[in-house]
Parts: sequence; structure tokens; C-alpha cells
Amino acid sequence: MSYLQIDHVTKIYPSLEPGAKKGDEFVVFENVNFSIEKGEFVSMIGHSGCGKSTLLNIMAGFDEASKGGIILDGKETTKPGLDRMVVFQSFALMPWKTAFENVAIAVSQSHPQFSKKEVKEWTMKYLQMMNLESAANRRPSMLSGGMRQRVGLARAFAAEPKMLLLDEPFAQIDALTRGSIQEELLRMWEATNSTVFMVTHDVDEAILLSNRIAMMSNGPNAELAEIVEIDIPRPRVRSELIDDPRYVEIRNHILKFLVGGKDGITEKKVKKQLT
Amino acid sequence: MMKKLMKNVTLDKYSPYLLSLVILGVLLLIWSSLTSVPKFNPAGLSEDDLMLMEMNGDIVRDEAGGFLNNPDKLQTIPGPGRVLDTALDELKAPFAKTGTNDHGIGLLVGYTLKRFLFGFLLASVVAVFFGIIIGSSRIIFTAFNPFIQLLKPVSPLAWMPLLLYSIKDPYWTSVFVVFMASLWPTMANTAFGVSNIKKDYLRVSSMVELSWMRQFFTVILPAAAPSIFAGIRISFGSALVAVVPAEMLLGELGVGYLSWIEWNNLDIAGVIFAIIVVGVVGFILDWGLSKLASRFTYSEA
Repeated sequence: MSYLQIDHVTKIYPSLEPGAKKGDEFVVFENVNFSIEKGEFVSMIGHSGCGKSTLLNIMAGFDEASKGGIILDGKETTKPGLDRMVVFQSFALMPWKTAFENVAIAVSQSHPQFSKKEVKEWTMKYLQMMNLESAANRRPSMLSGGMRQRVGLARAFAAEPKMLLLDEPFAQIDALTRGSIQEELLRMWEATNSTVFMVTHDVDEAILLSNRIAMMSNGPNAELAEIVEIDIPRPRVRSELIDDPRYVEIRNHILKFLVGGKDGITEKKVKKQLT
Repeated sequence: MMKKLMKNVTLDKYSPYLLSLVILGVLLLIWSSLTSVPKFNPAGLSEDDLMLMEMNGDIVRDEAGGFLNNPDKLQTIPGPGRVLDTALDELKAPFAKTGTNDHGIGLLVGYTLKRFLFGFLLASVVAVFFGIIIGSSRIIFTAFNPFIQLLKPVSPLAWMPLLLYSIKDPYWTSVFVVFMASLWPTMANTAFGVSNIKKDYLRVSSMVELSWMRQFFTVILPAAAPSIFAGIRISFGSALVAVVPAEMLLGELGVGYLSWIEWNNLDIAGVIFAIIVVGVVGFILDWGLSKLASRFTYSEA
């Protein structure tokens, strides 16, 4: 039994197509089935509308699977909980709380046995790991996008979850800051031996960070098309990676898939648009 | 000359207030010029006429022995000078009680404040409580919203006869008129604020498994605070508007009633003084409230 099992998950919404009859269904994705081992970093990549964020929300417990389910460490998960901390694309920090307070609330909830002093020390430890000591007493409105997501990551790691769920965590951060936060994330992942599932549509980011990349075909009726093993040895350095022939190979493979699609249907469409 | 004046006004943070002072001066000037007492012209009047007018009190003798219009008998609106005289007179003994209805201005402000704050605070607590309940569920919100929208535009004074009939006490009736005035805007805004809390905040609070109580105090209340305070500010205005006529109609002592007493005394300077007092009291209260609100609200992004 794997650490995390995504067990034949299907998501269906009632159809909102014009002319749809009651009871008509809109299938976002179908029969997604894969597993993640403890300590693994797995990314999911796919076009908008393939349901990758929906799948992450189902894993987090914010949404329900229409069929199938999620089994984490031998138990089925249904509700959101401290064992699966999410890092949101929109950061989801509470603007009336300081960076410290935003992290501390997760610490005191995940470690109920902690005294006030211990909560403070634990929170500061994680803020320091994300280079946030100087920002501890500032509210999110006083922080840049990159700093805010560092707080989001500190909050998620500080709760010591079984599973970290990253929902396009760097999509709203400028490219230069993105690189340094990705490195911090890698360092944290290695230091804490966490298990991570990340949704993204940035191919370079996925290759840099992941052990495996799950690729979804286009929605509706999206399916898990392929899982690519990233066998580039760590530590991976961005500047050296670009010249690595294996990196180029994997990158081209994924890009071809994203542009062309597996069965060539979308390939025709693209060609039509180009000519 | 204007150019020179503009040049001399430095654009520091005090210049808007300087401008306010200039505006005040201009307003006072217009007021006094519109209300200046016409000079009495004795030409064409016989000695007997003048004596009769003096006995009637229409004119008075000045120090030099000439005649002046009696300022107390003029049917014009009093100028700033006379209002100032009245004000100084009233402020001489602000806490004196010289008769059943003749209490010092300090006492009257105190009565109004007590009535106002009592009704306003009570209504705010009730409105926030029910607003949160109504806002916490889409179904309850939709079910209750038409009633709030129906009751919100009703003038709080329209409730007065009903309140007086059921409470049978003018003091409590005036408190509840203020209560009715402050209830609906706060309730509607609180319900709106709670029902529109960002999904992200609720997701985070369920993710870190906050208890119901902790979620209420650390997420829902602070997230809805800007809306709640916006509602309280609106309620505050309408309560202040309601307290003056409530006092007048019910004959309850206070600054609103002061204006009515002065009208009954035909002391128009006193009426204007009462208006200014209401304005100043409202201004100070509103300033305090906005200071308070800024401590509990946050800036997004």
C-alpha cells in the first residue's frame, strides 16, 4: 500500500451547457489513479480546464470526488485537516494577522501540547527557515508577493503535515523571485522529508522540483495520460540544468505532449489554427 | 492680491486646515452681513412717536443718547455676534439646574449622549449578533433579506407612537427610537460582510481545524469587521439624526429639546446655538468612532 493513493477518482458536475437537460453530466476528469510514496515530490501538469486544481481540492478535502477516493497513510480522507496543508495560489493569508500570527495559528492547532513559548519558538524557527525574521511582525499588505508566499510555505511546513499540497504556488510571483523561493522550497522539502503534491503549468518548475510528473490530457473527460520519471540527479541547479541533455529531452517530451496531446486530436486543431 | 495669497500658502499638511479657517471666516462674514441690524432712522418721527416706540421696546437709547433698534425685538435671524453672546451665556454655567426645563448645556449634552449611546450600543450588539447568524447561511440570508430591506428605509420616528404606546415611558421610548434607527444598517452590513467572507479564509480555517468558537473570533469577526464598521458608521449617522426629533416630540431633556425650548422662547439665537452644539457633539463622536474602527479593520492586499 502506498503512502498516498489517489484511487480511481472521477469528478462530475451537472452540465451547464446551453440546451443541457436536467441530469446531463459534465465530466471534468475520469478514473485518475496513481500513488505517491512517502518523501516523494510529485507534480501534475496539464492545460487549464483539465481539472488538476479540482483534483488538488479533492485531496485537500475542499471538494468531493464523484467517484473514487483519496487514501492517505491507510485512511480515507474526506474533510480538510492539518495532515494535508495547502499552499494556495492566492496565498490565503489573513490580512488582519501578522506574518507571525498567520503561521502561529497553524502551529498551535497542529501542536496542541505546545506552551505559548514553544508555539513562538516553533513559529520563529519556520519563519527563519524561509528568511522571514524581519517580516514576522508585518501584515501581509506590507509584504511583497514573494514574501507572502514564503509565509504561506512556512505555515504549511510548520504544521508538519503528512502531505503538502501546492496549488500553482508560484503563478502570481515574478520570475526572479520565483527562482529563489523554489530553491527554498527544495531545501525545506529535503530538510523536513515531506511528501509533496504540486499542481503547476510551468514545465521548468516541474522538472526542477519533482521526482515524477503526472500529465493530464485536456478536459473535459480528462485522463491521467502519462507519468514521467525525472531521473536527473539532485541537487539540481537551474543554470546547469539548461545544458543537461536529459533535461532537454524530458522538457521536449512534456512540451510536445502539452502542445500536441497524446492522441493527436489537439495536434490537428493546433495545426489548423497555425495555417 | 489673490495671487499673492495663494503664493504664501505653503502646501504642507496644515494648509487644508488653513483653508478651512478661511472658509469659516467667509461664511461668518456672509452670515453677519445678511443679518446685520438695520440702523434706526429717526427722521420724520416726532418726539411723541419716539417715546411711544421706546415704551413699546421697539427702540432703545444708546450711551450717547441716540436711538437704536432693540436687538431683542427684531424679527430677523440673529447674527454671529448675538449667537456668540448666547453661547457664552450658556457656557458660563454648563452644569447649573435653574428650573425643571432649564438645565445647563453640559447637562443637556450629557442627557443626549447617554440616551444616544445606550440605544446605539444596544442596537449595535443586537444587530451584529443577528447579522452574523443571518449572514452565516445563504438560505437564512435569502429568507431574511427582504424583511431587512423593507424595514431599513422606515424612518425610526415612524416607530415612535407604537413604542410610546407599548413602553409607556418617554425616556425609554426615546432610547428605542435611537435603537430602531441604528439597527437595520448594521444588521444588513454585518450579514453582507459575513456572507461574503473570502472562501480562502474559510478554507484555511477548516484546514487548520479551528474549533467553532476559535473560527468565529479569529476568522469570521475580523474578516467581516470592515463591513460591520461600515454599517455601524451608517447607523451612527441615522441615530444622531433620530435623537434630536425624538427629544423634541417626547419632551425629553437634551440638546434636541434645547432647540425646541429656545423656539418656544422665541430665542432664535438659542436655536442656532443648539444646532451648533448638535453638530459639534456629532463631529466629536464620529471622529472617535472612526479612530476605533481603524483599529479593528485591515487593508486588503
